[in-house]
Amino acid sequence: MPVHYGSKKLNYFTVASTIASQLPHAVGAAYSLKMDGKDACVVGYFGDGGSSEGDFHAALNFAAVLEAPVIFLCRNNGWAISTPASDQFRSDGVVVKGQAYGVRSIRVDGNDALAMYSAVRSAREMAITEQKPILIEAVTYRVGHHTTSDDSTRYRPLEEIEWWQMARNPLTLYRKWLESNGWWNDEAEAELRSNSRKELLKAIQVAEKIEKPPVGDMFTDVYDAVPSNLFEQEKLLQQTVTRYPQDYPSDVPVRAVPSS
Amino acid sequence: MASVLGRYGRKWSLGCVSYHKNHLPRFSTVTHSAVPSEPIQQQQAGRSMNLYSAINQALHIALESDSRSYVFGEDVGFGGVFRCTTGLAERFGKHRVFNTPLCEQGIVGFAIGLAAMDNRAVAEIQFADYIFPAFDQIVNEAAKFRYRSGGQFNCGGLTIRAPYGAVGHGGHYHSQSPEAFFCHVPGIKVVIPRSPSQAKGLLLSSIRDQNPVVFFEPKWLYRLSVEEVPEHDYMLPLSEAEVIREGSDITLVGWGAQLSIMEQACIDAEKEGISCELIDLKTLIPWDKETVEASVSKTGRLLVSHEAPITGGFGAEISASIVERCFLRLEAPVSRVCGLDTPFPLVFEPFYMPNKNKVSRKYWFPKICVTTWCSSASWQLVFG
Repeated sequence: MPVHYGSKKLNYFTVASTIASQLPHAVGAAYSLKMDGKDACVVGYFGDGGSSEGDFHAALNFAAVLEAPVIFLCRNNGWAISTPASDQFRSDGVVVKGQAYGVRSIRVDGNDALAMYSAVRSAREMAITEQKPILIEAVTYRVGHHTTSDDSTRYRPLEEIEWWQMARNPLTLYRKWLESNGWWNDEAEAELRSNSRKELLKAIQVAEKIEKPPVGDMFTDVYDAVPSNLFEQEKLLQQTVTRYPQDYPSDVPVRAVPSS
Repeated sequence: MASVLGRYGRKWSLGCVSYHKNHLPRFSTVTHSAVPSEPIQQQQAGRSMNLYSAINQALHIALESDSRSYVFGEDVGFGGVFRCTTGLAERFGKHRVFNTPLCEQGIVGFAIGLAAMDNRAVAEIQFADYIFPAFDQIVNEAAKFRYRSGGQFNCGGLTIRAPYGAVGHGGHYHSQSPEAFFCHVPGIKVVIPRSPSQAKGLLLSSIRDQNPVVFFEPKWLYRLSVEEVPEHDYMLPLSEAEVIREGSDITLVGWGAQLSIMEQACIDAEKEGISCELIDLKTLIPWDKETVEASVSKTGRLLVSHEAPITGGFGAEISASIVERCFLRLEAPVSRVCGLDTPFPLVFEPFYMPNKNKVSRKYWFPKICVTTWCSSASWQLVFG
C-alpha cells in the first residue's frame, strides 16, 4: 500500500488507511513530550475530508483541554476523492473548527512555500514554548488524481485542473522566487531532475531485487512474542504450502518461525 | 492404552496426554514481558478488601513503581464512579491522573499515542457499554500498531479498563458483556478477573504487559466480592487458566462474575454425586487451550458459561476448539449456558441471567445420566 510507511529514525508513526485516526495519537504523543520536558512538538497531517471524522474533533478537543504541544496541519486541497469541499462541510473551511475548540488557528496559502515555512516555524515555537496546540489550514488544490485507480476528470472539469497546474503551481512559484534571487537556473533545474530520476530508478532496482520476507513473518509482531495458537497455525500453513506449492506465490520463502 | 489412542490419529494422542497442572507448553502462551509465573505469596500480609479497593491498590502500585504511567478517563479525578481511582490524583498529581473530555474514541486514541511514546497509559472507559465509539481505535489502531510498523512502533503500554456485566438493575446500557467482540481481534489481549486478589495481580500484569490489553472488571463484584488481598506488588500471569475446583465428571469454564454462579452449581452438583472441575479462563485471548484440554481429557464433558448472549459468544470459540482437540474423548456435546439473544433487559434480568439453576438443572444433569450409560456400553464394544 503506497504511503503506508513509518520510520522510527525519522520520528514518523506508521501511516494507516483509516482517516484522522492518527490525530488523537498525535495528542497523546504530544502530551508525552510535554511531560518529558522535551524541546519538541508533534505535527499531525490530515486533509479536508479528515476534518469531518469524529477523531478530528476528539483530537482537537483533547489537545485544547489537556494542553498538548501539537500542530494540526490540514491540507485542504478541495477534494476527498470525488467529494468537493462543498459536500464536506458548510463551515468557513477548517480554520474555524480549530477556533471553535479553543485552538489557535491560522489559514495559509498552501501553495506558497515561504508562507507555509513561516507559519509552521512559528507554530512550532508557539506549541513548544506555550505547550498548547495550533491548527494550520493550508489551502491548496489536488492537481493529481486521488490514486492511480482514479480518473478525476470524471467528476471535475479538466480546465479547472489545468488552471491550478499553471497559475498556482507551488513548484513554479518557488522556482521563480529562487531564480529572481539568482539562486537557481535552468542548468541547476536540469541537473536536479536528472539526479533525482537516477536516484529513483536505482531505488526501484534495489527494491525489486530484495527477497520477499518468509511466510513465517506473517505471524510475528501480532504480539511482542508469538503465542501458541499462531505457532500451530504457522505449522499447519507450512504443511499445506509444502504439499501444494503451485497454489502459492513462489517468491515467498517458507521458513520456520524461530521458537520464542 | 497408547496403541489404542494411536489408532485414532496423531491429533488425538497429542491432544489428550495428561498434563501436570503447572506444565508449560513448548511454545509459550505467556508473553515475553517481565511477568513471573509465581503464585500469590500467601505468607505475605493481606488485608480484607473488595474488588474496587484491590483495583485501586493496583493502580497506586502501578503509578508508584513507574513514573511513566498515567491513569485517565471520565471522572477519574475525584475517584471515579466506582471509586477505583480514589486518591490517585491527590497522590500523583493531576498531570498523571486526570479527567478527559467525554469522548471514548478520544480517550483510547490519546492513550494509544501516549503508549506509543513508551509510557504506560491506563485508560478508563466508564462502562463497557460505552466502549464502542473506541472500537475503531482499538481494532484498527491499537491491535495493529506493532504489526503494521514491522515492530518499529508499538502501543504495548496501553491498558483499557472498563466495568462490565450485570449489576442487578443496569438494563441495556450498564450491564453489557462485550468481550466477544474483542476476542476476535488479533493483537490485543482480553483479561477478566474473578475476585479482588485476582484483579490486583492481573491488572498489574496487564499494565506491564508489552501488548495492549482490554481489562474488563465485573462491576457486580466491586463491592460484593471481598477477600484477603496481599498488600505487596505482585503479578499474575496472563494467558494461563486456573483450575479453581478439581473434579472428575465434568469441566466447567467461565470468567469474571459468572464463576461464583458456577461454583454454586458445582456445590449443588456435589450433593448429587457429580464431581465438577471448574476453570477460570482469566485471559480470553490468547487463551490457555492446554489447561482446558487437559481437564476435558480427564472428565470427558465440557460446559461453558457466560453472561454475554449465547450466539457468537466466546463460549462458541471454546466449544469449537475443544471439540476439535477432544472429539473422541467427549462423552456428551459441549454445553453452553449463557445470556439470551436479547439486549440486556431491565425488568427481565433475573430471567435472562445464566444463573445456577440453568447451569445445574436443565442443561447437563440429564446428559450426564444418559451419556454415562451410553459410554459404558460403547467402551464395552471397543475394548471387548
